[in-house]
Amino acid sequence: MMVPSTAPGVARGPAAGLGPRGLIALWLGKLVMWLSRASGRGGTSLPGRVSGLLAPGILGALARQCRRGCILVTGTNGKTTTASMVVAMLRESGYRVVHNRSGANLLRGLAAAFIEVATPGGRVDADYGVLEVDEATVPGAVAELPVVGAVVTNFFRDQLDRYGELDRTVALVGEGLARLPVAGFAVLNADDPLVAGLASGLRARVIRYGIEDLEAGTTLSHQTREARHCGGCGTALAYELFYYAHLGRYSCPSCGAGRPVPHVSAARVAPQGSRGADIRLGLPAGPLSLRLPVPGLYNVYNAVAAAACGTALGLEPAAIGRALEGYASRFGRMETVRVDGRGLLMALVKNPAGFNEVIRTVLGDGAVEGLVIAINDRLADGTDVSWLWDVDFEQLAHPPGRIAWVVCSGTRAHDMAVRLKYAGFDPARLALQTDLWLAINEGLGRLGDGGVLTVLPTYTAMLELRDLLARRGLAARFWQTG
Amino acid sequence: MEVHICHLYPDLMNLYGDRGNIIALARRARWHGLEPVLHTVQLGDRPDFARYDVCFVGGGQDKEQRLIGDDLASKKGAELRAAVEDGLVLLAVCGGYQLLGEYYETGAGDRIPGVGLLDCRTRAGRRRMIGNLVLLSYLDFSSGPAAGSAGGPGAAGTGRAPRRRTLVGFENHSGRTYLGPGVSPLGQVLVGHGNNGEDRQEGAVYKNCVGTYLHGSALPKNPWLTDYCLRQALLRRYGRADLRPLDDRLEEEAHLAAIRLAARA
Repeated sequence: MMVPSTAPGVARGPAAGLGPRGLIALWLGKLVMWLSRASGRGGTSLPGRVSGLLAPGILGALARQCRRGCILVTGTNGKTTTASMVVAMLRESGYRVVHNRSGANLLRGLAAAFIEVATPGGRVDADYGVLEVDEATVPGAVAELPVVGAVVTNFFRDQLDRYGELDRTVALVGEGLARLPVAGFAVLNADDPLVAGLASGLRARVIRYGIEDLEAGTTLSHQTREARHCGGCGTALAYELFYYAHLGRYSCPSCGAGRPVPHVSAARVAPQGSRGADIRLGLPAGPLSLRLPVPGLYNVYNAVAAAACGTALGLEPAAIGRALEGYASRFGRMETVRVDGRGLLMALVKNPAGFNEVIRTVLGDGAVEGLVIAINDRLADGTDVSWLWDVDFEQLAHPPGRIAWVVCSGTRAHDMAVRLKYAGFDPARLALQTDLWLAINEGLGRLGDGGVLTVLPTYTAMLELRDLLARRGLAARFWQTG
Repeated sequence: MEVHICHLYPDLMNLYGDRGNIIALARRARWHGLEPVLHTVQLGDRPDFARYDVCFVGGGQDKEQRLIGDDLASKKGAELRAAVEDGLVLLAVCGGYQLLGEYYETGAGDRIPGVGLLDCRTRAGRRRMIGNLVLLSYLDFSSGPAAGSAGGPGAAGTGRAPRRRTLVGFENHSGRTYLGPGVSPLGQVLVGHGNNGEDRQEGAVYKNCVGTYLHGSALPKNPWLTDYCLRQALLRRYGRADLRPLDDRLEEEAHLAAIRLAARA
């Protein structure tokens, strides 16, 4: 495989040397990782935490060995998928990549990803680090890592209980992007005014992406919208079209500022149900048609974001296309496993915008009989479940009988059931089962032979479900996937 | 019987699933055999508040809250105050609650004036108060004739003991609210922080105006509070309120589950 010599990047020196303290921290981290996996846990953050306590600079010392630097992927929705797609494009182009594929996206999770691949001597043999990063961690990651580029997907309300407010989250990401080097790049979503607005004040090159197919949008939005006011003058934004939630074609009626023209776009989107979508990408080098094997408009956004990042890195369009066509959804992002001759389709839900898109995709399939919805309120899910009231569950309830039954599960099963009742769903068609495995069995029991059970879990419910499946040998442990 | 429900600033002040309160009011009104009519009031509107039976305002982010504060004070304040004096049911959550008070004092000491409808003042605090919130309310939730809209702690009703109930939800605020003598607290904090994290009181009640930090949304898991709002509204407009008994088993289970989850922490 050839490594294109035109690719931008920062040439990095050989191993910076961890020093004796750093080496001990590294070995300790590796030991903790081995122990936590042997005990059936992921070990996706703890090793980074342990090593970081002993040698605070270990993340930087390992990451600086990436020959071409690190790329951050952040935003509310689509981080994991977009980052995995960028990784696939780079590997397709012959690069060696370090990636926090488990989705542990705080600094200790990034450290764990490097600790895992480092040799016992403390060397990391990689061209790029591609790291999914929590929004609030962006300033810290830019400070510690040799970041050459960042991708920002979108901003939705998500886990506000942890960071306070959305404006604060946007400001934190902006703070990090402002510190990107002049030779670096920022890939920004042109269709999200909150993301597009980050372009001002950046030293780094800006590459914008968006959807250009007007047929994929709607002029109506009943969904809760985040960005309602012009970042420049404060006037309410006018929308010509919504793609989903507040992503769309907008402009300010007062100062005229509007959606910037994207450099990389999905010029044509033809959904193919649960099988995915046929898309035509508009790249600077010309159009590229491909079948994206994952469903939903949100995955089209992830693919265009990744393609824009690939373009910024100087990757060949053919490699971008192959990576996207070969992309296998994983880790709870719309994946199917077999259980007792029936299918179990998992789709992660974590905030209103994402949940609405998942419902739209599930209903678009037409063949979904019933659902298991598992809502947890642990820290990683967001401890405040009021966001359920911003999801349009009314879609599931009308017309009556469209979805025959729903089993509500998770620590907040009751909240989910009440939400569905107030959405107009017949309470007689609701079942409550806080225990996730019992809920799955109840769902499978209601399902006809050969059917597919659709399960919509929040983050920790998804981890729990994967673990339950893995213990029964039905799915790979999550750190082994991808 | 029509019941006119008005959502104030539904786009700007809807931070924590606040529209769930409107959904709950409209659904339960329908289940009680009433005819809910929904209205919205936006920035710049000059509505006639006398038309409405129940008004709701939710929470917003700081930037939006300032926008709303100006709009409320300049375009709606006087009419809203007159309507509340006349018995309008007004539920205000989080940021909306703060806006109805005398002022909000920022960390720098600047005072942003509120509507002055509730005798309370809010000061910015350094620590956010986040988590599950459980109260024992002072309101009388009995379904008979109302024993006065709000009995404060120790306040005498009409001779009959008020039927107090718990209220559950989630709070997320850094502002600390202190009540003056012109309002009564909504309830006593059992789990969580409440108004200011100091005096174990939560919310403020004046006539039929209720301010609170409870979201989650506030009304769906506290069906008696939803019915309280509807009942006070019907009494004001029609002089009587015959709400049907409803099957609230699911809501009550969710209410109890929320108390269990709050107590676990």
